[in-house]
Amino acid sequence: MPAYANIGAVIAVLLAIGAGQACAQVKLGAVLSVTGPASFLGDPEKKTLEMYVDDINAKGGVNGQKLQLVVYDDGADANAARTFATRLVEEDKVVAMVGGTTTGATLAMMPVFEEAQIPLISLAGAVQIIEPVRKWVFKTPHTDRMACQKIFADLKQRNLTTIALISGTDAFGKSMRDQCVAVAPQAGISIAHEESYGPRDSDMTPQLTNIKGKAGVQAVVNPGFGQGPAIVTRNYRQLGIALPLYQSHGVASKQFIELAGPAADGVRLPAAALLVAEKLADNDAQKPVVVAYTQTYQQKTGQPVSTFGGHAYDGLMIFVEAAKRAGSFDGAKVRDEIEKTKNFVGTGGIVNMSPNDHLGLDLSAFRMLEIKAGGWTLVQ
Amino acid sequence: MTELLQFTFSGLTVGAVYALVALGFTLIYNSCDVINFAQGEFVMLGGMTTVFLGLAGVPLPLAACFAVVLTVAVGLALHRFAIEPARGSGAVVLIIITIGASIFLRGAAQVIFDKRFHTLPPFVGGDAIRIAGAAILPQSLVVLAGAVIILVLLWAFIERTLIGKAMVATAANEIAARLVGIDTRAAVGLSFAIAAAIGAVAGILITPIALTSYDVGTVLALKGFAAAMLGGIGSAVGAVIGGLVLGLLEAFAAGYVSSQYKDAVAFLVILIVLLAMPRGLFGRAPVERV
Repeated sequence: MPAYANIGAVIAVLLAIGAGQACAQVKLGAVLSVTGPASFLGDPEKKTLEMYVDDINAKGGVNGQKLQLVVYDDGADANAARTFATRLVEEDKVVAMVGGTTTGATLAMMPVFEEAQIPLISLAGAVQIIEPVRKWVFKTPHTDRMACQKIFADLKQRNLTTIALISGTDAFGKSMRDQCVAVAPQAGISIAHEESYGPRDSDMTPQLTNIKGKAGVQAVVNPGFGQGPAIVTRNYRQLGIALPLYQSHGVASKQFIELAGPAADGVRLPAAALLVAEKLADNDAQKPVVVAYTQTYQQKTGQPVSTFGGHAYDGLMIFVEAAKRAGSFDGAKVRDEIEKTKNFVGTGGIVNMSPNDHLGLDLSAFRMLEIKAGGWTLVQ
Repeated sequence: MTELLQFTFSGLTVGAVYALVALGFTLIYNSCDVINFAQGEFVMLGGMTTVFLGLAGVPLPLAACFAVVLTVAVGLALHRFAIEPARGSGAVVLIIITIGASIFLRGAAQVIFDKRFHTLPPFVGGDAIRIAGAAILPQSLVVLAGAVIILVLLWAFIERTLIGKAMVATAANEIAARLVGIDTRAAVGLSFAIAAAIGAVAGILITPIALTSYDVGTVLALKGFAAAMLGGIGSAVGAVIGGLVLGLLEAFAAGYVSSQYKDAVAFLVILIVLLAMPRGLFGRAPVERV
């Protein structure tokens, strides 16, 4: 009999611990593309979220409660993302969600969170996520439209107005191409010629030969990501084209320089301040944030920092600050506070949200970089 | 004229890549009538292993040799643990097994290596060779030469050696082959080993041009397979010609028609060719003896 009583007591204690933990923790959802074709985005995002949630919990949590991160890997499959979104809402009962690594996944998950009235902070690029504005949906990364505008502004400064586009036929390349074509007239840029390539092509010299032969072209812009832009850059030098070449923020990583090699010299691209953390002026508001994030990330993971992990950092911190201001994890209150985010200094820029702007970044969030001798330099 | 030459160079560069991949299909097909869809993963393993050994400080030539040996080991393991137990299940079952192996290898590579793109330095000089205003990279010539050398070796092996003949006999009729004293198991196993070696060499040669990543095999296998079909599956000469023709078709379509539709144009031509010549350009007509 005493033996049974002991077991009973142990079970009771275990149950109590279990229940106690469940009460003291608040669940934060994240559906990310940790594996699959978008893994180079999702992987740093997951690492960043885990790192900083641990850090926040070690410092006592938020509103006196510990955060519990629930991560699901959608493998860049929008259908899987949708299923996980439903699971986060119905089973895990998360208070908010940071994620949707890809635009496809985010678009698939949005209706679930809209219906459940739970805030969603997406880490995907496309402008369609926040346009038209949806009550419960926010995002942290710059849009491809902003990248186009930044490139065009730089072109204007150099008195270059006639360009050729060569874009990837993947979702990113297509979307950015459409945005560039849409904003070109406003920016006073005319697109004289257009070419495209498949995301897995290994040679783009025919397309570039056609661009080379077009009279009047003053610069070439290459919306795309993955290995395509690296091959375009190499082929560009192979053909000896002397016009300025612009890449997109999609390839703003050290990896691009490694892949393109010496051919990358002189290439310009818009990128977040995070990439040039050490080179920023000391009075730059973003400097302390990006330097701290870079150091933490590189120390904990041993890998070079990427802007994608930075988007996750911004998303998490915007949520945490909003929850602190709201003083609770009530969905509606947190949502209202996220929308009121003002002067939040993140890795992606300074965020000022409003009821009609659920991104809150302006063009100053992008820095124009030029690759020189295998490194980044800021274009003034 | 310069444009035509440039498009040709581009087509040859891409075509040589396809040809090298297509060559890997012929051998296994010749020994057991199976299209090995894990061929693309052999290519990936060759490139990725070399890159990672190189990063670990191993001199590149040595790293490349290791990569070939490792890929051959993987090819043998694939035969021993996946193909061999399913012996006698028919070609379709075996093909599905190779698809499974391809997915498995891709997944394993993702965990063991990483998910990023990698490159290797070109073997001979990085500066483009300029001919009449058009430019070609020396590495493209290396890949072309590699395809031709492998083609010659493979042809000599299949047509001029007893072991090669034994492989062809195994594919033609396994029971009859065994009756005349051929170790059909060893013949099929050997074909996997050699195909893996060809794949690995292809992967190492093309990485400086096409770059590599854990999932590079999928598209390469698809294009290589199309090239092999166009040339006539099972024919080594056909594989190389098929690869080059496919590459040239893509380059001319991209240059003269529209880069949007280059793959469509290439595949349309393949469809037309296969409609007119169902066995491909160099395929052997099936011989039924009664």
